[in-house]
This record gives sequence, C-alpha cells and structure tokens, in this order.
Amino acid sequence: MPFDVDYHAVAPELILAGTALLVLALDLFLRRERKWWAMPVSFLGTAGALVATLTLIGERRTSFGGTYVVDSFAILFKVFFLVVALAVFMISLRYFQHGRYYQGEYYFLVLSSFLGMLTIVSSRDLLMLFISLELVTAPGFLIAGFRKGDPKSNEAALKFFLIGILSTAVMLYGMSLIYGITGSLRLDTIASVLSGSVRGPLVAVQRLSVSEPLAIAAVLFVVVGFAFKVSSVPFHFWAPDTYEGSPIPVAAFLSVASKAAGFAGLLQIMFVAFGPLAEFWTPVFAVLSVLTMSIGNLVALQQRQVVRLLAYSSIAQAGYMLLPFALVGTSAAGDREAFSAAVLYILIYGTMNIGAFSVVIALSRDKPGVLIEDFAGLGQRAAALAVPMAVFLVSLAGIPPTAGFWGKFFIFRAAINADQAWLAIVMVINSVISLYYYVSIVKQMFFVQLPEPRPLRAPVLVTGVVVLAMAAVVAVGILPDLFAQFPPDATLP
Amino acid sequence: MDWFDDWAITLGVFLPTAGAFVVTLMPRDRDRLIRGLGILFTGLALVVGIVMLFRFDFGAPGAFGTAMAEEALQFRVNASWISAIGANYHVGVDGISLPLFELTLLISFLSMIYTWKYLPEPGRPKAFVALLMLLQTGMAGTFVAFDLVLFFVFWELVLVPMYFLIGIWGSANKEYAAIKFFLYTLFGSVFMLLGFLAMYFRAEPHTFDIIALQQADFARTFQLVVFAGLFLGFAIKVPMWPFHTWLPDAHTEAPTVGSVMLAAILLKMGTYGFVRISLPILPDAARVWAPYIGVLAVIAIVYAALACLAQRDMKRLIAFSSVGHMGFVMLGIATLTDIGINAAIFGMVAHGVITGMLFFLAGSVHERYHTREIAEIGGGMLQKVPYLGSILAFTAIASLGLPALAGFWGEVMALLSSYNPAEGLSVGLFRTLMVFGGIGTILTAGYFLWMLQRVNLGTVPERWAGKQLADVNAYEYVAWAPLLVGILALGIFPRLIFGVTSEAVGGLVKLF
Repeated sequence: MPFDVDYHAVAPELILAGTALLVLALDLFLRRERKWWAMPVSFLGTAGALVATLTLIGERRTSFGGTYVVDSFAILFKVFFLVVALAVFMISLRYFQHGRYYQGEYYFLVLSSFLGMLTIVSSRDLLMLFISLELVTAPGFLIAGFRKGDPKSNEAALKFFLIGILSTAVMLYGMSLIYGITGSLRLDTIASVLSGSVRGPLVAVQRLSVSEPLAIAAVLFVVVGFAFKVSSVPFHFWAPDTYEGSPIPVAAFLSVASKAAGFAGLLQIMFVAFGPLAEFWTPVFAVLSVLTMSIGNLVALQQRQVVRLLAYSSIAQAGYMLLPFALVGTSAAGDREAFSAAVLYILIYGTMNIGAFSVVIALSRDKPGVLIEDFAGLGQRAAALAVPMAVFLVSLAGIPPTAGFWGKFFIFRAAINADQAWLAIVMVINSVISLYYYVSIVKQMFFVQLPEPRPLRAPVLVTGVVVLAMAAVVAVGILPDLFAQFPPDATLP
Repeated sequence: MDWFDDWAITLGVFLPTAGAFVVTLMPRDRDRLIRGLGILFTGLALVVGIVMLFRFDFGAPGAFGTAMAEEALQFRVNASWISAIGANYHVGVDGISLPLFELTLLISFLSMIYTWKYLPEPGRPKAFVALLMLLQTGMAGTFVAFDLVLFFVFWELVLVPMYFLIGIWGSANKEYAAIKFFLYTLFGSVFMLLGFLAMYFRAEPHTFDIIALQQADFARTFQLVVFAGLFLGFAIKVPMWPFHTWLPDAHTEAPTVGSVMLAAILLKMGTYGFVRISLPILPDAARVWAPYIGVLAVIAIVYAALACLAQRDMKRLIAFSSVGHMGFVMLGIATLTDIGINAAIFGMVAHGVITGMLFFLAGSVHERYHTREIAEIGGGMLQKVPYLGSILAFTAIASLGLPALAGFWGEVMALLSSYNPAEGLSVGLFRTLMVFGGIGTILTAGYFLWMLQRVNLGTVPERWAGKQLADVNAYEYVAWAPLLVGILALGIFPRLIFGVTSEAVGGLVKLF
C-alpha cells in the first residue's frame, strides 16, 4: 500500500525531530561553558514547529493511510505542547546551567519527548499511539535521574522506569488482545467491530457480542496501563517520589506535558475505539476518578514539601480529568460535551501547573528542598512571583474568575447533563477540601510578615513564564469563549 | 444620553476594577496618591450611580413574572459572553436591585474616605486599596447580574479579596477567621452552582437567564431539590441560624472597613439571592420552604439577642446583632407577602446603613482606646469623647428599632406581615413567629441599651482619665455624615425605599 505523505501536515514533527538531532550534534562541538547554547537552539526549533503548526489551523488533513490525522483536536494539543515546551526550556536554562548537568543531552531528550507528544495526538492507530507514548515516556526515565549525585534522584528515575515499563507491558498486552479480537489496529475499525456492525476475524465469534469477556478484559488492561501513566489512584505511588527526586523543571514537565499526553491518548482510545463498550468501563472510570481525587486531596493536606504537595495536587487534578470518561455513552451530544470538558480541563490544568512549578523553581535557587514555610513573606520579597502564585493556586482550587473555575464548570455541567450529579457533588466537595492546602501556601506568602524581607531575584525567563501563565489564566477566566474557536470534539465520529 | 444608559452599569461595576489595576501600577511608596486614587475611582462609580438615580423610572414594574419582564429592566445590557453554553453578560436594574446597588457604591466610597485616615496594620496601602475596589466590583456586580453564570462569578469574586482583607489586616485571630469565612461560603456556593446547572438543563430551551427561567415552570419535586441547593448557598451568606458561625469570627477579626463592607453589603447578597432567584423561579418550593425559613429566622432573632447579652467585645456584639437583624429580613421574605418583602428590602438597606455605621464606630473607638472590650472601656465616653459617644448612642438606638429612625420600618413591617402571611402558609405558625420576633425586639433593645450604659454613661475610669483621647475628626465626619443623614431620612421618609421597591415587589408577590 503506497503511502501518500502530506509533508505540510507533518512539518511540525519534522522540524522538531531535526532540531533534536541538531542539538545532539551541536553539543559535541561546544565547550563546557557554552553548552547552554543548546537551549536557544532548541527554543528556536520549537518556535519554528509552533509556527508550522499555526499554519495548519482550521484544516483537517490525513496522512499515512488515515492513521495520522491533523484536525482541530490535534492542533489544539500540538499548540499547547509546543508552548509548554517553550516554557519548559525557559525555566530549565538557569537551573541546568548552575548544576553539573549534561545540558545538550537534556534538551535532546526533552525535544524527543515532545516529538512523541506531537505524534500521539495525531495517531489514530494503536501501533502509532503505542510508539508515540513510549517516545514520550522513555526520555522521561532518563531526565528524572539527571541529578546523578542525589540518591533521591536515582530512586526517582528507577521507580519511574520500573513502573513505566510494567504499565507499558500491561497496556501492550491489552492492545494485542484487541488486535486479536478485532483484527485491526485502526481506532475507528476497532469501534465498528466492537459495536458489532462489522464482522471480526475470530471464527468462534461470528458476531461479537458486547459482553464478550475477552474484549472487556483487554479494555481493562489498556485502562490500567494508562492509569499508571496519568498517575491515577491506586497506580499513583511513583508520582510523588519521582517528582520530588527529579530536577524541578523535569517535575514540571512530567506533571504537565507527560500527563497531558497520556490523557490525549486515553481520550482517543476510550471515546473512539472503545466507545461501543462504554457501559462496561464507565463505572471503572467513575471509581478511579472518585478515588483519585479524594485520596490525592486528602494526602495533599498532610504535605509540607511543596513539590510533594503539587504532586498530590496533580494526582487529585487527574481525578477531575478522569471524571468525563465516566460520563460516556448516554448520547452522542453528551459524549461530545464530556470530551470537550476533559480536553479543556487538561489544557487549563497544564497552564496553571506550569506556572506554579515555575514559581517553585525560582524559589529553589534560594532553598533547594522547598517547604511550605519557605514561601513565608514572598508577597514582600517578590510580588511578581507571589501574586501570580496566588492566582495559580486559587485557579487550581477552581475559584472564579480564573481559568480553573471554567475547567471545573464544564465538567460539572457535563456530569449534571449525564444525570451523574453525584459525581459532580463528590468533585465539589473535593474542590472545597483542596482549597485548604492551596490556601496554606497563599497564607505563608501574604499573611506572614518578615521583619527584614530579603528581595528574591528570579531569572528573567522564569518570571516571564510565570507572568505569561498568569495572564493566560486570568484571560481565560474572564473570557472562556477563547477556546470556542477550536472545537476539539470535532475529532469524534 | 443613550450612551449613558448603555454604559452606566458597566461603568459603575468596573470603574473600581480599573482603579485597582491603576493602583497596582503605582510605585509602592506613593501612599497618598494610592489612597487618593481609591477615593477617585470609587467616587466616579458613585457619580455614575447618582446619575442613574435621576434617570431611573420609579414607576416601572420589576423584572418578575410577566412576559414583558425584559422591558422592565432599566440600563439593561445583554451581550453574548460564553457562546458555548449561552451565558450572557446580562445586567440591569429594577426596583429591587437599585437600592442595593446604590448602597454598595455609597458604602465603598465612604470606606475609601475612612481609609484616607485609617489604614490598619501592617500598612501596605497599595494592596489594601486594590483589594477593596476588587471587592466592590464583585458586590456591585452581584446586584445587577441577570444571568446565573455571571451572578455566580460576581458572587465568588467577593471571596478572594475578603479573604485577604481579613487575613492580612485583621486582628489577633485573623488567619482562622479568614479561612473559615472562605471555606464556609465556598462550600455553600458550590451547591448553589449545582442548583443553577440543574435549572439550566431542566429549562427548555436551556438558559441561564434569570428572567427567562421564571417562565420555565419547573416540576414541584425538582423545585424542592433545587431550592435546597440554592438555600445552602444563600443561607450561609445571609447568614441564617445555624449557618452563622463564620460571621462573628469574620466580622470581629476583619479590619474596620472590611467589617463595614461585610455587614453593610456582603450579607445582603444572600437575602437578595432569595428575592431575585429562589422566589420567582421556584415559587412552589418557596411556599413549601417558607415556614421552615420563618422558623430559622425567628430562632436567629432570639438566639442573636441572647448571644449579644453575653458578649464582652463590642465588635463581636455588633456582629451578633447582625444575625438578628438579618433574621427580621428573612422573616419578611418568608411571609411571601407584599408587605413582608418590601420590609425585607427596607431592612437590608437600613441594616446596611446602621450596622455599617456601627462598625465604623467600633473601629474608631478601637483607634482611641486600643481595646474593644466593653469592660476595659469602662464607661464615660459621653464625657471623654462626647461627639463620638453621641453618635454611638444615636446609631445604637437606630439599630434597636426606635420609631422615626431607619431600623424601625424593616422590623415592624416584617412582624406586621407575619400576622397575615401569604395564602397557603400556616397563619397560626406565623403569628407565633411574630410573637417570638416581638420578644426579640425587646431583647435587642435590652442589649443595646445595656451596652450604651456600660460604655457611654457613668464616669470616666481612672485609666483613661489622664489620657488625651481625640474626638471625632474631619475625615470621620465626612465618611459618616451620609450614613447619619440616611438613618434619619429613611426613618422619617420610608417612601425613599418603598417608593422604589413597591412596584417590583408587587410583581413578585403575584406569583404566590
């Protein structure tokens, strides 16, 4: 089957791949004190990829025989990932310049991982999805262990690696079963076989009945694999340790970009391929979602270390993102609404979380193992960091008029529309609980008066990321209609 | 002046936000400039409000019931805001919103004048002034929003600035009070949001428009459930007994102008919510719930009066008295009658003016005596600071409901209306409530007079005798004069409020 490659559609991926290779090669020829040049090169390459992506807005292209699709869903995520990549580079520069790190390799690995993210949102085929997901995760194993001298970092990388491999194995097993049952790797074909409208290859099962236990088991394997990736309870244990041990920019990367990529893949698989079996797996997601948000929030209440607190908070946030999956199957319109709500939440969560992590990075230059008490008096020391941090935290808790409120609002709305008000109520109670620990940081920043506040000087690039993220959070908070231009649910059949 | 009608509300609501933004750009050390900008922007908003008064058609029906309701709104703006869910920037005023909207603009401006002289520890004028103005936007917006999503956003916008005002500039126990206020009200309001969404999905076509929802005619059981959700949100804000426990802490610990804003305006958001949303959209449920609300209201009246008798802290006493006064407002609403709801709105404005004034006074007493303990002040204020003492006596007496002062009409008419509640409500129950409410007024008079006796009368204790204590200064006069005049004017000419509200309330009670 000859493939007709649409080069315009894959231009962003090509540019990013080229940049990654260029950075790796360039690193060989740079002297030690110039190794940081890898960052501007990566930055420019990513910006180029972003421009290439922007030229695709409003189009719908398919390539590689329909397994690779560039539509509004994919473009929305690609723009998001590339912007996050730019932010990650900006907050990484000083951090990695000051320690004894392999800078060239770091930027190469991050670029490769983002390449995986660009392809995962366009994949409409199990094999492509799997390869992309591995491309996202594998560099993460390495960069989590970049603080080589620190046993915690080694532990972080090792835990992440072992659990990542385990989840991959489980997921791959599930995917192979699906292939066996349906005879196809294409998501849309899988859906039509599972729904019984097309005959599958298994001789024993003439017409696959939806209660086919093998199919359900396979779906559950895939769900478990993804549950590891997005750190859903009870598969979340690696996340706090890994975030704590990794360099903080890597923790930001893992909790924002890597998690969003996992969700993007999960969205495609569950809503498109496994949609016909929804009645069997929606209760699973309801349970996962409730457990994840509740346990994440309750454990977060106990944390004193800010990175661990943000780790548990991001687990709890994953619980909110899993909620729309539990709403699938009532009606086509309801599915679309749940799908859009999930996408919006992921994007909004990413924006506020990268902002919050950037503030922690700025503070970590002063106090490496940032505790909540280290935020004391930040309002006096650096208002340009403290005010945005307060906005991010309030937004994470979901208070209007910030973007976080609309993220929660659209999920509420989808839940009530699907007659699952109890899920909305659980979520509401969790938001109120979460406010308590988010506000504990705000309290330190503004309520504690330091006798002699020492001004905190943050790198310009980090402050830039913080201020831009705050502007985005507030702008979306006042005008949530900004997102309406890119209807992500157009990707659903 | 067509352009004015289109922009008046937007200007009145968002001028303070613009002011907050301008203030944050000012250098930190320009203290006077920052406070001046605060007065300027809240003053401009007040000017807009005053011009609106002159252009308001007082004979127009309120935004209730009839199909023509949309025309009954004045200064109305309806622009698309979130197209995906059909939420609009729909604002306007009718006879019920107007008094509260104007009250917000006035009190905020006066608070800013007071701030020119008094800035609580630890200073930081920039943040203080900016937060006050942000708070004003939230409160003013709540009273003019006619879209549930917009209403909710304004409603919640109040939380964050108030949290900071209490937490940074509050007194000893401020952090506890701040987080308690935040969590408590947030908890209530999320259930309110669930109620809003439920109404949205049940209405055909789906809408968040408060006026359009009145035509939705929901099923009775649905109404009962949604009313419960909204009740939780509104009752915590009012606050009704037994949801009032956040209030004494928040009011007592907040800085003076924070307490003034809380008492004079913030609490009214809850009662306004009942009148604007719960009653007209869910009338069947309102009839079922009214007796329970009435009982809770009267418990609040009696309970608050008894609690006041036990208070040793002057500010805490005033805080508890708010619970009682809001009980009268809720009793008036619970009767579902023309007189009762008119009384409720009158009571809201009167309480705003009087209790706002009382908190100003408590703040000024604290500025001089550096204590709020009634026992430590120990009496003799009329001798030591005669003007301050007299104003305190005047305001306290207005608060206990003396005829010819503002506090009288709201209370007496609320009691009057419960003699004859709306059709279908138990007459026996409401007449019993009236009796207990009447006992409450006597207790109210008791604790206020007792407080006056302990701080105003008697001789100056030794510890203060040798100290130089300044009497009321010019800034205080400027900030207080409008309120003092208002207390008298509302008492003598209750038509100032009833003339505005009666048409709109008339439209509302037709639903029952």
